[in-house]
Parts: sequence; structure tokens; C-alpha cells
Amino acid sequence: MNDEKPLSLHVPEPSSRPGDKPDFSHISVPEAGVVRKPEIDCTPASIRDLAYDMVRVMDDNGRAVGDWIPDVDDAFLLKGLTVMLRTRIFDERMFMSQRQGKTSIYVQCRGEEAIACAQRMALSQGDMCFPSYRQQGLLIAQDFPMVDMINQIYSNSKDKLGGRSLPFFYSERDYGFFSISGNLGTQFMQAVGWAMASAIKGDTKVASGWIGDGSTAESDFHSALVFASTYKPPVVLNVVNNQWAISTFQGIASGESANFACRGHGFNIPSIRVDGNDFLAVYAVSKWAIDRARKNLGPTLIEWVTYRAAAHTTSDDPTKYRPADEAEHWPLGDPIERLKTHLIAKGVWDETKHEALTKQIKAEVKAAAKEAESYGTLGKGAVPPVSEMFNHVYKDMPPHLRKQRQELGV
Amino acid sequence: MPEGKVMPQHKTTEKQVSRKNMIEAIRDALDVKMAQDDNVVVFGEDVGYFGGVFRATEGLQAKYGKSRCFDAPISELGIIGAAVGMGAYGLRPVPEIQFADYILPAYDQIASEAARLRYRSSGEFIAPITIRTPTGGGIYGGQTHSQSPEALFTHVAGLKTVIPSNPYDAKGLLIASIEDDDPVIFLEPKRLYNGPFDGHHDRPVTPWSEHELGEVPDGHYTVPLGKAAIAREGSDVTILAYGTMVHVAICAAEETGIDAEVIDLRTLLPLDEETIEKSVKKTGRCIVVHEATKTSGFGAELMAIVQELCMYNLEAPIIRVTGWDTPYPHAQEWDYFPGPARVGDALRKVMGE
Repeated sequence: MNDEKPLSLHVPEPSSRPGDKPDFSHISVPEAGVVRKPEIDCTPASIRDLAYDMVRVMDDNGRAVGDWIPDVDDAFLLKGLTVMLRTRIFDERMFMSQRQGKTSIYVQCRGEEAIACAQRMALSQGDMCFPSYRQQGLLIAQDFPMVDMINQIYSNSKDKLGGRSLPFFYSERDYGFFSISGNLGTQFMQAVGWAMASAIKGDTKVASGWIGDGSTAESDFHSALVFASTYKPPVVLNVVNNQWAISTFQGIASGESANFACRGHGFNIPSIRVDGNDFLAVYAVSKWAIDRARKNLGPTLIEWVTYRAAAHTTSDDPTKYRPADEAEHWPLGDPIERLKTHLIAKGVWDETKHEALTKQIKAEVKAAAKEAESYGTLGKGAVPPVSEMFNHVYKDMPPHLRKQRQELGV
Repeated sequence: MPEGKVMPQHKTTEKQVSRKNMIEAIRDALDVKMAQDDNVVVFGEDVGYFGGVFRATEGLQAKYGKSRCFDAPISELGIIGAAVGMGAYGLRPVPEIQFADYILPAYDQIASEAARLRYRSSGEFIAPITIRTPTGGGIYGGQTHSQSPEALFTHVAGLKTVIPSNPYDAKGLLIASIEDDDPVIFLEPKRLYNGPFDGHHDRPVTPWSEHELGEVPDGHYTVPLGKAAIAREGSDVTILAYGTMVHVAICAAEETGIDAEVIDLRTLLPLDEETIEKSVKKTGRCIVVHEATKTSGFGAELMAIVQELCMYNLEAPIIRVTGWDTPYPHAQEWDYFPGPARVGDALRKVMGE
């Protein structure tokens, strides 16, 4: 007798689809301040629970509570608010520019601004970030000239990358911003290699690798953790869990019951899960991990829990696969609103000042966009010379490439 | 039998010369560069304490320390990904992939990352990486220790692909590759490690210690990338070959008595088209020989180039002698491997005999 039943394949589904009421009941949000702050030389085993919990500093009333309150002054926090706001307004402007045909594609980081901005503010000059592609805050937090970013986005005559790269694929060595690839996950392993080089040379610099929840499924993620746990180089391994990889919810990469931080523990890498929309928590945990790295204590894996509030790119329409109002129900709120509430609660900020700052930044961004436009937009006005296509393939142009360039007549 | 002459590829130098096999020459090149430049780091599977499965890195860890020469996890992706990060930092990594057959997990990091990093950053970040890897058959290595994947790399813009055929070139080309600011795939024909294998598997191999090209100068010297060598001068037909096939081609010329000119390409990309053109225009005939599978192999590229440059000088169609379009077999190895008999047949055919 054969009593075996037919097998069936399990394909995970998100909690809600278009037309459904958004449901985030699967994300448990602990009270702010309840998660302890361990010593930086703690053993990974002693903090296993931190991979399953969630570090939060700001409570619902905007008050900072608990061990993780960072030692920063009001000016620093106001700077944080400013750069997050600038990032968002910059994104909004570039989204509009793409719709107006000034570039081919753009990607906003709406809702995730705190992560890149706060971590950059915790890093030092000379440290190197290996971003995925949604970390424009790493540049903006350093007051990088927006006009240069837009020149690159527009592929115009002043694009430092000569029109060869997709929009927002910046490369800024002096600002610790590694050239964006667009091949998912590759940079995570490279960050570990860069950190190994820093250790090999007896340097003091730290690397910071970035990857999304979906891309953790790439082998590069696994390799990065293997190399990081083996050689213990000075690297911060950031997983930005914004819930969505284009239309694919994070459960497709994670297995629904697991999270991303807990993966570090199989490698004996200290791993922490953090409220990614809490500027104070992002700064504090980043600082903790960076200090560990700088003191030769090795890598840290951090899962930033956040929400991709905008579309994947300008080519994407998220209302086709998730409820249109899902962002409004996201339980961790909006990073800019939360830091603003905190500063108002502290008595160092108010709505009038916030409105004035918003207006001022809008004017700055508009001026930068106008200036960039005067240098050309994609395919219009001043554009990079066609011959740029043949440059930088090799250090010196080999004969076969020179022949091809001549064949094109440029 | 006409006079077939093996041309010396280097002039006598003032330097001290030692007899070395190819492994010793490669190890010597690594030693020279590691001593000269502390940005040169060597790592890969089994390369540290043990010194590599072919012994190419033997003694380097003891001499330069564990942070300059070390074992890596079995992750080709990780090895090359780490090298890209190290290169971006400013090091000159020389990772080893234990067999070229195992390089595919690293292909994304090679073809999409190392190859394009300079292009996409306007040279702000570069990947001055030399990836050493044993290639080719002739050792009963079956499907997974015998393949010749050079065409997978010559097809990628931004990479250079190098393959030496003797100890002198191996050392000089490896030093030139390490000093090059672009990523180099350095293919080491493993059948040549011990001697200039002529394709006759049933005869003893002359060791490099008895061969002129086993004379390797001590210290620093380079063989420039992008320059072919004339391994045998001749007037009847040009044979384009690289790696192990250089010696098979010379053997076929000697055995058939057809006065072939054998060009050892040494660098596949950038290719020395000038030397190829000059030779084919002189001989009017051309044979292309490689171990790799035929379809879309590098030989197709060579034929296209010869046709473009020398069409009106050709007196016969160009012939390819290659591995068959099958996976690399085990027991049938010597019917797969393009030996002197098959090259000899092609020589007679192209001569109209």
C-alpha cells in the first residue's frame, strides 16, 4: 500500500496585495530603549538576541530613551535632519527630471534616508563605502556638490564619468564612495576585500558594505560573510531590509520565519537588527560597529529594518503588486518626521524653522538642477563626446580599439 | 627534411641565468614582485602554508608572512571579489584559481566587475589584478581539470588574456602582468609545467632543464604584453598557436617536413596582429591550433582577423585544428587533444598534398 500524498511547493506570499488592507502585523516593534547596548568587545554568542530584537532609541513621542542614546549635540542632529531632507528633496526633483526626459532612469530612497545619512556621519574621512544604488545619502551627508551628482544623472558635458554609466551610478573616491556597479551583491564581497587590504597594510581605515534584502540571496552575500568571519577585517556589513526587491517581498529571500541579521550568527559575526527609520539608532549602532572595526575587533552585520516608500525606480509601478497606501501603515514611520519630532520635543526646532529649511533646500536643489541643465541633459544640448565611449576600457588604448574608434570616425 | 629552426626568444643578458621549469619560473616571478612591491599579495585555495597544488607559491608564506600569502576559502567568487576590493584599495593582488575549470563561479566578479571598474569610474578605481590559473589538458584530468576557457575572457572588454609556452616567457609575462594596471587572466598550460610537451603522450618529455627556454635570468625582467614571438621560422605556412600547442605545432612541422612558421601568440588580447599579418603575407597559408572547443573558440577570431588582413595573400583556406565540440573526455583524451598527427594532416592539406 502506498499512502504517500503528492508533494506541493511552498511559495511565500506577502501579507497584503493591491486592494487588501495593508498588514504589518508580522513585524513586531518593541518599545524604544529596551534593547541593551553591549560592550564593543563582546562575543557574538553573548548578543545573539540582538539579531532577533530591534534597537530603537526614539519613542512615539520623539523622546530618546535607553542605552543606545548617542553622544551627539543638537547641531549634529540638525545637520542630520538637514541632509535627510536634502536627500528627499533632491530625489523628488530628479524623479521629476526623469519624467521630463532629462535622464533615462532614476531611483529614489524615500523612507530610507536615515540609514545612509546617519552611517556616513558616523564614518571618518578615508573610510570607504561600497553602496548598492539607493545610498545617495552617503554623498549628500558630506555636502557633496549636488550639481556634480546631477551632471552625472543627466550624462551631460560635465559628467565626470563621460556618459558611460547609468544615471546615479556615481564614483567618488575622495568621498569614500565606491563606483556603483548595478550587478547586485557584488560590492558586498568587494567591501570585505577592501577591508582586508586595509588590515594587510596596517592602515586604520574601515570599509562599509551595502546590500538589499533581495540581494542577500546572491552568493556574494554568503562569500562576504565567509571571508569576513575568516579574516575578521574592519568592515561594517549593512543589509537594508526595505521589504521589497522590485515586486518581490522580502520573504522570498529570507524564508518567512527568518530575518537577515540572524544569518550573521552562523558565521560568528556580531549581528544586530535595528529600526532603520530611527536616525539616533542608526547613528548609534553604526558608530558601535565602526568603533569595533577600527579597534581590530572585526566585522559586524547590521539589518536595517525600513520600508521602500517609493517605486523601485522610475520604471516601476508598485501599485501593481502592493497596496497603494502600504507606506502610510508602515509601523516604523518616516525617518525625517521622527527626527523632526524629536528635535521639536527637545525644544530646538519648530514647524516654522522646518518650513523655512524645506524652502531653502528646495531653492538650492532647483539652482543645482538649473545649473546642471545648462551643461546639457541626456542627449540634448552639450553632451559628452562620442569618443568618450572608447576611453577607460584599458589604461592605454590597445591597437584594436583604436582601429574601431577610427572606424567610427571619432 | 628542411632545416627547421627554433628561434631563441631572448638575448643573452648580463644577468645570472638559472635552469628552471615553468613552475619554478612562475614562483620566481612572484618572489621578485613580492620582494619589490609590498602591495603585491598572493592568495587562493591551498596557496599559503602548503604552497599550492602545483607548488607555484611554495615558500612564499614563510618568506613574506601570512598577510602577503594566504589560504582562501573554497569560493572563487570570494577570491576574485576580495581581489577587486583590494585593487580598489591600492594593492596588486595575484589570486590563484586552482584550475581554470573552476573559474566560472568568479565570472561575474571578473567580467562585470574587474573588467569594467576602470570604465565605469573613469579610472578613479582600477583592478590591477593578475588571476593565475592552470589551463588545458594532457594530464588525464577529465572534464574538470582540462578545459581551455580563454575565449570566455578574450570576449570581455577590459580584460587582458595571457598564456605563456615556456619558463622564460612565463616569468617575464607574469611580471609584466602584475605590473600592468589592467586585470589580466594569466593562463598557465599545466601540461608544460615540467617540459615542452610535443603532443606525443607515449614518449618521454624533455625536461625544461635540457631546453634552451628553460634558461631563466634571475631577478627582474619583463616580456611585454601584446607581443607575439616567432617560435619557429618557416616559409611554407603560418601556424598560429599558444600554450601547449606551440610545441605540438613545432613537432608537426619537424615530422611532416613542411617548413611552417610557428607564431606563439603569448598574449591573446591585446593581440599582436602585426606579427600575424607579416607572417601570413609571407607564407600565404595559415593554420590555427588550439585545445579549446572549436565553435566560437578563439580560433574563429584568429581566422576572421587573418581573413580581414590577408585575404588576397591566401593561397588556401585557413584550417582550424582544435578540441572537438564535446566536454573534455577522460579515457579518450588523446583522441580529443589536437596532437602532431592532426596538425600534420592539416599542414599537408593546406599545402595541397
